[in-house]
Amino acid sequence: MARLKGRGVAAVNYPTGMNLGGDPSQALVHATTTGSFVITLSSVDLGQGIKTVAAQICAETLGVPYDTVMVDTADTDTGPHCMGTFASRGTHRIGNAVIMAAREAREVLMSIAATELEVDAGDLVTDGKGRIHVNGAPDKGIAVLDVALAAHFKHGKTISGRGIFLKPKSEVVPETGEMDPDSCQAHACTVAEVEVDDETGEVAVVKMTNAYEIGRAVNPALAHQQIVGGAWMGISHALYETTEPYYPDRSHGPLDFSEYLMPGPGDLAEMDSVIIERPASNGPYGAKGIGEMTANSPIPAIANAIFDACGVRVTSTPITPEKILRGLDALRGQTN
Amino acid sequence: MEKIDASFFPAEREAELDVVGTSVQRADARGHVTGRTQFYEDVSFPGMLHLKMVRSTRHHALISNLDVAPAMQVPGVVRVLTHKDVPNNWYTILKLIGVEPDDEPVLPEDRVLFMGEQICAVLAETPQAALEGARRVVVDYEDLPAVFDVEEAMTSTPFKKQGTNYFVYEGHNCRRIRFGDVDKAFAEADHIIEHRYESSPIEHAPTETSGCIAKPEGNGRVTVYSNTQALYFTLDNMALILGVPFNKLRLVGGTVGGGFGGKVDVMVEPIAALGAMLTNRPVKYAYSRAEEMQVSSPRAAERIYIKDGVMKDGRIVARKVTLYVDAGAYCRHSTYGTTKAAAHMPGPYTIPNVHVDAYCVYTNRTPSSAMRGFGVTIGDFALESQMDQVARFLGMDPMQLRLINAYRDGDMKAHRKKVEGAALVEVIQAAAKQTGHSLPPQFASMSSLKQEAGHGQA
Repeated sequence: MARLKGRGVAAVNYPTGMNLGGDPSQALVHATTTGSFVITLSSVDLGQGIKTVAAQICAETLGVPYDTVMVDTADTDTGPHCMGTFASRGTHRIGNAVIMAAREAREVLMSIAATELEVDAGDLVTDGKGRIHVNGAPDKGIAVLDVALAAHFKHGKTISGRGIFLKPKSEVVPETGEMDPDSCQAHACTVAEVEVDDETGEVAVVKMTNAYEIGRAVNPALAHQQIVGGAWMGISHALYETTEPYYPDRSHGPLDFSEYLMPGPGDLAEMDSVIIERPASNGPYGAKGIGEMTANSPIPAIANAIFDACGVRVTSTPITPEKILRGLDALRGQTN
Repeated sequence: MEKIDASFFPAEREAELDVVGTSVQRADARGHVTGRTQFYEDVSFPGMLHLKMVRSTRHHALISNLDVAPAMQVPGVVRVLTHKDVPNNWYTILKLIGVEPDDEPVLPEDRVLFMGEQICAVLAETPQAALEGARRVVVDYEDLPAVFDVEEAMTSTPFKKQGTNYFVYEGHNCRRIRFGDVDKAFAEADHIIEHRYESSPIEHAPTETSGCIAKPEGNGRVTVYSNTQALYFTLDNMALILGVPFNKLRLVGGTVGGGFGGKVDVMVEPIAALGAMLTNRPVKYAYSRAEEMQVSSPRAAERIYIKDGVMKDGRIVARKVTLYVDAGAYCRHSTYGTTKAAAHMPGPYTIPNVHVDAYCVYTNRTPSSAMRGFGVTIGDFALESQMDQVARFLGMDPMQLRLINAYRDGDMKAHRKKVEGAALVEVIQAAAKQTGHSLPPQFASMSSLKQEAGHGQA
């Protein structure tokens, strides 16, 4: 009777965007007369944070404070088309559409600021704090709010912009599978440390160390939360979850969370994660999608760690105590 | 908490940005934790009806008789919807991207192909009355043989009215990748390492089950409050099924209690909107937890065979992958996911000879569909378990084996797209650094940026 320790590695890549492309999204940006900007979308926030990330990207491009950017989503009567929130596409597609829209709006913003200040628009910069001023002369400037008011009441102009991102659809060559499936690939490596109880077959995931390359982390805390949440899902997929416990037999399907097993708080591993950045040439500020991939490397890393710990190679998920005990019996030359 | 290691790719990272790259608090965090965020179920309308489904209790059967009259006797039951009420009774989620054939009725006409398949919808004043009405509907079945195993299904009698037990990709029974010559490379390899991997179906397990409220408006339009992951996609498919112009529908949503791919199937909205149109009353259709677990599409079970030709020095010179996606009874998004699975092979490695057959197979179980990592997650379990088995067989450090085979800029993938923006080498190096695993100098100095002589050659 022992708790056997083991360590396993897995490394993966994951595509950004709908497979083969053909998945457009649009964004509209306009200034209100309150000093705020509105991004209008029909995009869905599943909890991954697209509302936050879209506002960050817009604020960055416009050169205004983050808290002056509002996101209006999601209503098909008012929001322009978005293909949807899936395929690790939100930050990439919507982010790119927002940049395009915000650039167009910024051009009007700067041109009206230039008229008001009687300078050349090319000499102006935004300070990111709500003012526009002559480069090198912070005192010669104007508040973004005053530019918005002047545009509307004096010049009769809208400060607005339109954006879209589309990777045109690629076809597959049926004979060879030649295709252009993705916009870019993100990367991850997980090292899992486990303890296997050789009497009960139970596995405790003690620690997971993750390294992710995601182009650019638009919001590092949100990216980190995806890594941690996905790793929990990975632990759950590897060791606990299925709707058909005797697959391919259909019997004993769980109907609620007392039958459908998932890890509880005490089953979650210590996490140590680091992000490295290789900006994608086609990503918004280089960002790639991280949404889906974060459960992927944890699952085989755990399976490999279990083998390292006890010599049992389980090639089907979930890796239940029963499978491990049967494997241990086989190693000991017993059959059950 | 979050750590960024800027020592990698220093020449490619942009100069300092103001807002991008900062951890501003997520916009909806306070609303979520104080219970103030509005989800679709937080709206409710006077006169709203509740919809509950009558579901198949058989894996595969003819419906010899359907008697809905007993349901109408239940106080509060207003109407029962059957296939005769559905204007275009084809469930068509991939029609808009040109995928045929139509294989799934919205409500079945004469047969059910899986346990839990929806048969008819009971609309009532209260959820209790709707449940009681659904319980009283009488369905008589004539059982038919059911197939549950993907490889058995490939060769057994087709169970649908039309077509085969697998999706046909432009004349092929699978999505193929053909790159180099695997048979020649296997013959020349030092070792052949072959294993089988398998997964079981997995539920998305969102906090909020799938659901919507469809409300008829005075102007002849229908507003649908939904937790779909894709508003326009849902709108477009609803219009096709309901036979109404796109602009008669309005979808409102955007805040969802967990999706993970489980809310792109457009299952609840068309039937709820149909009920709203036929009764001229708001209709709510929300999955119970049991429906979410056993009826909503899970992550597909997959069975994957990997055969590798390996050299003594760790180079993988050939990889043959035979992959079965268990689509369940209907195709939904599985044809798409199977192509994505094929595109992902042979993993992030440069292998000069690759042969992939990825089958999208129909069985008499709950149709599978999209889930986080669609087409890739289970493939990665197989690929990375296989990499570990190869490393163990050769007695090699598993990180070093991966670094030897890692794809790098300029390499050609098996689907013939040139690699750019690679960083597999670097994430392995970063993970080695974090865990104090020391790599020999030739591995520590590797880079995705440069090609080294001999890399990627058989």
